[in-house]
Parts: sequence; structure tokens; C-alpha cells
Amino acid sequence: MTIIEARGLGRVFKTRRGVVEAVASVDLTVGRGEIVGFLGPNGAGKTTTLRMLTTLLRPSTGTATVVGCDLIGDPVGVRRAIGYVPQAVGSAGGGSDPNSSVREELVLQGRLYRKPAAEASRRADLLVEQLDLAGLERRLTKTLSGGQRRRLDIALGLAHSPQVIFLDEPSTGLDPQSRSNLWDHIRRLREDLGTTVFLSTHYLDEADALCDRVLVIDNGKVVAEGRPEELKRRVSGDIITLEVNGDPGIAHAALTGRPGIREMTRDCCSVRLAVQHGERALPELLRFLDNAGIALKSVHLASPTLDDVFLQLTGRALRDGSPVTQAQTPPARMLELEEIAG
Amino acid sequence: MNFANDTRLILGRQIRLALRNPAWTVISLLQPIMFLVFFGPLFASVFKRGLIGGAGNAYGYFVPGLLIQLGLFGSASVGFSIIADFRYGIVDRLRVTMVSRLAILFGRIVRDVFVLLIQSVVLIGAGFAFGLRAPVSGILIGLGFIALVAVSLSAVSYGIGLLTKSEAVLASGLNLLIMPVVLLSGIMLPLTVGPHWLADLGSLSPFRYIIDAMREAYLGRYASPVMAEGIAVAVAMALACSCAAMVIFRRENSR
Repeated sequence: MTIIEARGLGRVFKTRRGVVEAVASVDLTVGRGEIVGFLGPNGAGKTTTLRMLTTLLRPSTGTATVVGCDLIGDPVGVRRAIGYVPQAVGSAGGGSDPNSSVREELVLQGRLYRKPAAEASRRADLLVEQLDLAGLERRLTKTLSGGQRRRLDIALGLAHSPQVIFLDEPSTGLDPQSRSNLWDHIRRLREDLGTTVFLSTHYLDEADALCDRVLVIDNGKVVAEGRPEELKRRVSGDIITLEVNGDPGIAHAALTGRPGIREMTRDCCSVRLAVQHGERALPELLRFLDNAGIALKSVHLASPTLDDVFLQLTGRALRDGSPVTQAQTPPARMLELEEIAG
Repeated sequence: MNFANDTRLILGRQIRLALRNPAWTVISLLQPIMFLVFFGPLFASVFKRGLIGGAGNAYGYFVPGLLIQLGLFGSASVGFSIIADFRYGIVDRLRVTMVSRLAILFGRIVRDVFVLLIQSVVLIGAGFAFGLRAPVSGILIGLGFIALVAVSLSAVSYGIGLLTKSEAVLASGLNLLIMPVVLLSGIMLPLTVGPHWLADLGSLSPFRYIIDAMREAYLGRYASPVMAEGIAVAVAMALACSCAAMVIFRRENSR
């Protein structure tokens, strides 16, 4: 059953330097109970899309419904059903006030959803329990650790037991332990409460670890969509790196034109191949090279990461979002390499 | 009744935060207190020689100006707090709840009115120690003006803050706004003692009318054209500023 549906959702901003298209046209469908990740570099349009879907920003084009309520026609209906956890900015929290206490924030949030005081108070106790915040109720939020504060931010988003929760970069800035702890909490939202989770991230491992489905967004457009494994398989295949004894050009020439090799690059001392099923292709490949009299120093087989997926889809590395430099050039097309080899 | 309830919730939170960190409330009182202590006696002796041309008690003339100054430096800087809240994600967090949009802004403005009124009472008390004499009803009318000034200035400050989301722009914007207002509203000296062009320029400042009306109130003259003018200007300014802030606040919203 569909819980979020967007068609052609777009947003332009007018700045002094002209019109900036932050989100070009996003189509997406999220089913009830799914954990869906929005993956893209900084500035790709993730936050803008989230802000539109949560009624914080009016879309310039397109339509969307959340829990069946239209974003423009019934924003209050949308707000009633969703929780939103803003991006955390530096040391500042994603929505909590540094000079309020944990409990004050939780109770206020419940009351802002028009719950009676007693009910808001009960709900706050429950959330403290669920998100491991017990013992911190009286602490001012500025004294919490990064992981604790992020759990509080999520608890605030859950104050009214929403059907959908939007998390904007939930684990940015956390240490590895706090991250995996946070991930456990996010998984539990669905397992225990059946909450639909829509999160944005620029961490591939986060998308990989949490999401049933990933939408890759770049320059305001969804450029790919699928389960993490699907995306990895579809785009890159496995990578075999052969370190050659001698001139890799010979190995490169010998392998050119062999079936099953999708892409091939070489550098000073090794040849890098992209193949469909690496573990099956490898034995035959080794036999072939041995017969051709090409000696190898080492062989390395790697499954692609979402990093590779992103690089392949956009021609850019995800980490910095900058155009690819010489050092990280994506695998060139085989045709070009043939020309060089010839 | 949702609006009233929502406003009460936001107001309660803002008051709690103000009480938790009272430093700013105290610091912004220091400047007018210093004016009262170090400048008030000079003003009083000049006033006594009749050079200024005001009627009645010197401090009855001086304190209304200080009260407006207190508002200009205190209430007008509340915009910094909304920029901080914006950065912390608090504004988004509130806006995504079902709470009335208007209440998010209005709750804050009501807090600012309370803060300025409390500061004003302290300043007026200090004024009495120095020799201010005015009827109680006049003082209360003066506080009414102060409340309207607080509404106007904090609405403007929140508006600029939300529009620019930059402390630097807000700071220079306020400087640009406050200095001419301070100089052209007759806060320290009546503009009538100066040349005509300056007095004419001063009549463009809404605060001039408000200060004149407050001085009338302190003299116990409640039914005068000056008073009517002052009330009209103060109410109109408060309404216009609140509406502008509301438009800015709702502008980005989906609705």
C-alpha cells in the first residue's frame, strides 16, 4: 500500500544570481512499512525534497500525497501523520533547543500535537524508554552526547506516533558506535511500530545497512532506484584487479574482446576488469592468462559498493561531490581503450 | 481555541527559556540605567534652566525617551534568537507539527512584550529614585505604549531575521534602522529646539508621536490631540509590523 507518492515534484529558488533549480523533477513511491533511503551528495536536493514532503516548503511544480493527503490541499492532514527530524547542524541538534531539558522538549512536542498534558507526559515517558534516554530526562539537551541528542531528535519526531517518519541525515557527525546504535533504533521503528521510514543520507554504508530500497539523487533528479544489491549488480558488476608481472599492455591486449568483460582499464602495473559474476569468471580467466603465458603477481576480487554505483551513475565520487579528478577517473569505455591499444 | 492554546504553549516555553538565561534581560537594561544615572542629572539641570521648553518634571520628560530606547535596543534584537532557532532546526520542528503557524510567532512576541514591560517597570522604579513624578494612570498608559512598541519592534526583528537568516545582515540592518530612529524621535532632546528641517524630518518617525504621547501621559493629560495621535500611530505600527512578519513567516510554508 502506497504511503508517499510524488509526481514531478520540483522546487526552484530565486537568488540574486538567478534561478536555481534545487529539485528538478522527483517521482517516487513509498509503500507502507518500507525503509527507503534517499542517497546523494550534499546539494543534490535531498533536504529540499524532504522539506517539500513534510509541508515545510511549497513545491514549485508537481504534486505529492502523503498518507493520502495532498501536500498543498491538506497540509494539516499530512502534518498529523508524519514526523520529521531535521538535519543536525554541527554541534547543534536537529530540532532540540540547547537550553531545554529532554523531558520538557518531549512533553512540549506532544502538546504541540494537541495532546492533553497527561497524555503528552505519558508518551514522553514511553519515548524516553524506547530510545534509551532513561536517566537523562532532566538534563539540558546541550549537555547530551551527539548520539543521545540524535536519539532525542528522533524521539521528538515520534511524539505523536506518526505513520511515517522523515529523517534528514540521521547519523551525520556521529562516531561509528553511536551510528550503529542509531541504526538499530531506526530498524526497530519498523519492526516494533510498523513505522514507514524515509531517510536521506550521503553515507553509502548507511543506505546499504538500513534501506530496503535506495533512490539515488543527483542534481535534483532521481538517477537510479532499487534495492541496494540490485543497484550494485546492475551498474558495476564485480571488479577483478590483476597485478601483472611485466607489461600490463600485453595482458590488456590478450583480454580485449573476451566475452563477459564489461569494462577494462589498466595502469602502470595492473589491469582492472568489470565482469558480471566475478567468482565464476575468475578461474577461467586465470587459466586463459596462464595459457597465454602471462604471469600474475596477485589477483584481487571485489564486489562493488554503492560508492562504485554512485561514481558510475554520476561520474562523480560521492564523498566530496566534486567532479572526478585524474586520480579517480572512472573506468573508461572499452572502445576508447581499444583505440589506445591499437 | 486552538490558537490561544498554541500561543500559550509557545509563550510558556519562551518564558521558561528567558528565565533560564536572564543575563540578556539584565544586560539590555544596563544601557538605559547608565543613561539615567550618568546623563539624567545633566539633562535635569539643563531642563531646569528652561532651555528645552518642556513642562513639568525633568524626569517625566526624560524617562519616556529612555523607555523607547530600551525597546529599540532590547526588543529589536530578538531576531537573533529566531536565527539561532532556525539553525538548530527548532523552527522547522515546530512548523511540522499541527501547531498554528500564527501562534509560533505570536507566542514569541507576547514573551517579548512581557520582558520589555518588566524591564520598563524596573527602569521607571529607578527613575522615581532620581526624581521622576507622574500619576499612576499616566505610567500605566505609558506601559501600554511600551507594549505596542515591543510588538512592533520584535515583529520587525523576527521578520528581518527570518528573511535574511543571517546575524550579520540583521545586525547591520538594525543599526541602519535604530540610529536614525534614536536621533530623529526626540528621545534625548525635543526636536523643536533645533532647526525646522530637523523637526520636519523627525515627524517621519513614528516613535516621535509615541514619545510625545507618553510625555503627555506622564503630565496627566489624557484627552489631547497629541495623545490621540500617539495611540493611532502606535496601534497602526504594531498591526503593520505584525502582518508583515506573518507574511514573511508563512511565505516559505506549504500553507
